[in-house]
Amino acid sequence: MIPPLALEVGIVCLGIFLLMLDAFWPRLEKPVIGWIAIGGVLVVFAASFCLGDVPWALSASGFYRLDASALFFKQIALLATALTILTAMDYSPVFCRYVPAAVPGAGLGEFYTLPLFACAGMMWMASAADFIMVFVALELVTITFYVLVASMRKSKLSLEAGVKYLILGALSTGFLVYGITWIFGMSGQTSLDGLARIMPELAVESRVPLLFGFGLVLVALGFKVAAVPFQFWVPDVYQGAPTPVTAFLSVASKAAGFIVLLRVVEPFMVVPEIRDKALLALGVIAGATLLYGNLAAMPQSNFKRLLAYSSIAHAGYLLLGVASITSGTAGVAISFYLAGYLVMTFSSFLVLVIVSRETGSEDISSFNGLSQRSPFLAFVLMLALLSLAGLPFTVGFLGKFLIFESALASGLYVLSGIGAVAVACGFYYYFKVVRAIYWQPAAEGASEIRVPGPTRLVLGLLAVTTVVLGVFPQPILALLR
Amino acid sequence: MSPLLLLIVIPLVAVAFIIAGSNPRKTALGAAALNVLGFLLIAGKYRLAEGGFQFVSSVPVIPSLGICFTLGADGLSIALLGLSVVVTLAAILVARTPQKLPGAFYASLLLISAGGIGAFASVDAFFFYMFHELALVPTFLLIGIWGSGDRQAAAWKITIYLALGSFVLLLGLIGLYLSLPLGARTFDMREIAALAEIGAFVPHDAVFLLLFIGFGVLVSLFPFHTWAPHAYASAPAPAAMLHAGVLKKFGLYGILRLMTPVFPEHFADRWSVLLLILVAGNILYVGFVTISQKKLDLMLGNSSVMHMGYAFLGIVAWNDLGVTGAAFTLVAHGLTIAALFALCGELRERTGTLDFAELGGLAKSMPAFGLLFGFAAMAAVGLPGFAGFAAELMVFFGAFSAGDPSLGWTTYQTLTVMAVWGVVISAVYMLRAYRKIFLGSQPSRWGGLLDLGPVPRVAVTALIALLLIFGLWPPLLLSLFSSSLILP
Repeated sequence: MIPPLALEVGIVCLGIFLLMLDAFWPRLEKPVIGWIAIGGVLVVFAASFCLGDVPWALSASGFYRLDASALFFKQIALLATALTILTAMDYSPVFCRYVPAAVPGAGLGEFYTLPLFACAGMMWMASAADFIMVFVALELVTITFYVLVASMRKSKLSLEAGVKYLILGALSTGFLVYGITWIFGMSGQTSLDGLARIMPELAVESRVPLLFGFGLVLVALGFKVAAVPFQFWVPDVYQGAPTPVTAFLSVASKAAGFIVLLRVVEPFMVVPEIRDKALLALGVIAGATLLYGNLAAMPQSNFKRLLAYSSIAHAGYLLLGVASITSGTAGVAISFYLAGYLVMTFSSFLVLVIVSRETGSEDISSFNGLSQRSPFLAFVLMLALLSLAGLPFTVGFLGKFLIFESALASGLYVLSGIGAVAVACGFYYYFKVVRAIYWQPAAEGASEIRVPGPTRLVLGLLAVTTVVLGVFPQPILALLR
Repeated sequence: MSPLLLLIVIPLVAVAFIIAGSNPRKTALGAAALNVLGFLLIAGKYRLAEGGFQFVSSVPVIPSLGICFTLGADGLSIALLGLSVVVTLAAILVARTPQKLPGAFYASLLLISAGGIGAFASVDAFFFYMFHELALVPTFLLIGIWGSGDRQAAAWKITIYLALGSFVLLLGLIGLYLSLPLGARTFDMREIAALAEIGAFVPHDAVFLLLFIGFGVLVSLFPFHTWAPHAYASAPAPAAMLHAGVLKKFGLYGILRLMTPVFPEHFADRWSVLLLILVAGNILYVGFVTISQKKLDLMLGNSSVMHMGYAFLGIVAWNDLGVTGAAFTLVAHGLTIAALFALCGELRERTGTLDFAELGGLAKSMPAFGLLFGFAAMAAVGLPGFAGFAAELMVFFGAFSAGDPSLGWTTYQTLTVMAVWGVVISAVYMLRAYRKIFLGSQPSRWGGLLDLGPVPRVAVTALIALLLIFGLWPPLLLSLFSSSLILP
């Protein structure tokens, strides 16, 4: 049996060790660092399946919670980190082009190692049961991302993305702290459990300030999960950041944001008057995110930017799940959706990295004729896109099914209707890429694309997972019970 | 394990073989032929006297939501499974291996077929829905890559339209599921029907509308039909055969399986006026649209929409005769439209145009082609002796006696009189098409056209032979329906 905190501690130690290794042994081949990092993360992932109980002192402190969904989100964060580092290794030729270096490969060590710290932060976020803990863990994640997003120092786009993310991230942090202050001021609680306990006893006059605090926290978390109207940083940052970081942001950062959102929403569901207003706010945000993300994705011609808007769109479906939290099945639906989202998003980004390395462009047109240049990549990417669109027999469909089941069960009829329109839009922009892959002829002189062995294996695994979980979701659902 | 699983797995295994590099056409043909054989064996084992669902097997998939992968077949599904495997074989027989991506071409056809077979063999509404969606991407690719005419627009239109339609349907299915009493929630269509029969639950009208619009889009009922003609006109012939012949039947099959048992009053009474207006639109409005077409492919596409109106009329009539006639129409129309699209594709290959104004006198150079087209056109019009006649007769008699005729002239009777004119309309456009293409003076450039090759000749003849068999001996099909349909 492994003590629960050992997971986070292990990841942090691994990160520090690798940074030191990189600093004091500059001649070490950079891929070695990457492989050690991936190996370490996978060991921790395996360890997460044989955890012991949380020590009483820790759970009683109200800081740390380890339930099925916390553990599940930790596992998502770990898998996403391993996949990010693998993608980063495939991305390294592009990365080196944009980093001024005396020695070749400078900066790669940090590029492979920093995701570990973000991962530790996300794992703490998954277990956070107290606003202070939420704040600290969130900052660890965000600060790591400031560095990661801007890490290609000679790329103007990457720097621009870094600055935008820094300013807006700082702003959202301000909102979060301010919101926590209001909630603490009204209830005297920073613990989420304590807040839920005390909520019914609070005076009626304190409800409005509490909701104000909730709104501020919602704004901050809206930034993190890319919800409309707090989404405007997303397209630029996603497009400018190094592609592996974009994938990491899009999957792990979003997943961490949603588990926190689920936890924070809970205490506000206790009192019916507060609940109705909180749910209304969530519903409005969900509807706006669904519409904006999907409509704005339609005209995009750059695949990375398209994925940025699609990330907003998927935040919309997930928020629809959050807004239906009273149905009782929403937590499972959201967790399952995020697990599926991890699989299909990383497939897409991995293929994007490989294709753009060959073509030097991230436009949808650079995928023209991919079916002839690499039938394997073409098929894997098509499968990922179909899953993102929500076609049956893929994990994306089951995710949507569970979300909409939950939404209809809690009576969100209008939002479900908006969701139907959103799904139809999604078919258009995902199929646009399928069209490029299969209909359009390849450019003149385009050669076959070679895929490195490990990447091929991972892509194959992701594709198989997409279909298997789309038909037999029980393994994931069993983890969530 | 249910033997029905074989029918679904064989095409999928063939797809895997094609991806692995085996000869696409031979593999696809082998799979289609095996499926016909397998179907005959299964149908032979079906115990007609017992009726009901047989060959049932069930694997729980999401127990918490009551979703199981349940296969099974009753008479109605047996009939439609037969239609699927026969049309698949015919479609792959007449398919011409394209230069570009031949493997993907046959794989797409097989996937559509597997989707249709899976849907008709599913007892669980969830998988019933999932299997139908399996065809969406292959259709997009088939029209987009190998289509003709305005293929891009047609491919987008059918994809977005069907995606939206099926999502509405999905919402309807979830709504139906949620209206079941807690603890008895299931997607098993048998249990849903059984619960409905004892009145264990009353779904909201919105559920009816969602399901109706969803299935209506998928079957291209007026006014949700506009995706169909263009898509079928642009699709390569085998894709049009499979989609119009098999896949489109999913919508009406779904109405018969899920909606009529749960919403008998809606069909019998509450919504009948609205439904009757839609039927009139489907038969008369689309009929006139069909007459005005100047190209064979668009005409056939529209006619296939129009014929769904008869099946729908039978359901709306809501009596034994009408509903059975509707089921009969599904099979008859599937075979007819497959034969017509096969010939239409062959004609396009030869002439490169389907414009009536440019064609003429082709029977001189292609007598066998003309003969078979004549047969298929007669079958579509519903001439006695063909299955279409039996189907339409049952529908009309059913509709005329619907409601309560003892109280005097009914709306149903007015509508039936109008609908019978649909037969005249279809005679007009079919015969006119025949005259313009095959009779009259032949432009000199069509002098050297080759007659129908032996393979497509066999395929089309087989389809027409089946139409004649069912037309001359309807009890062959009726005995299957009588034990399975949930009748008013």
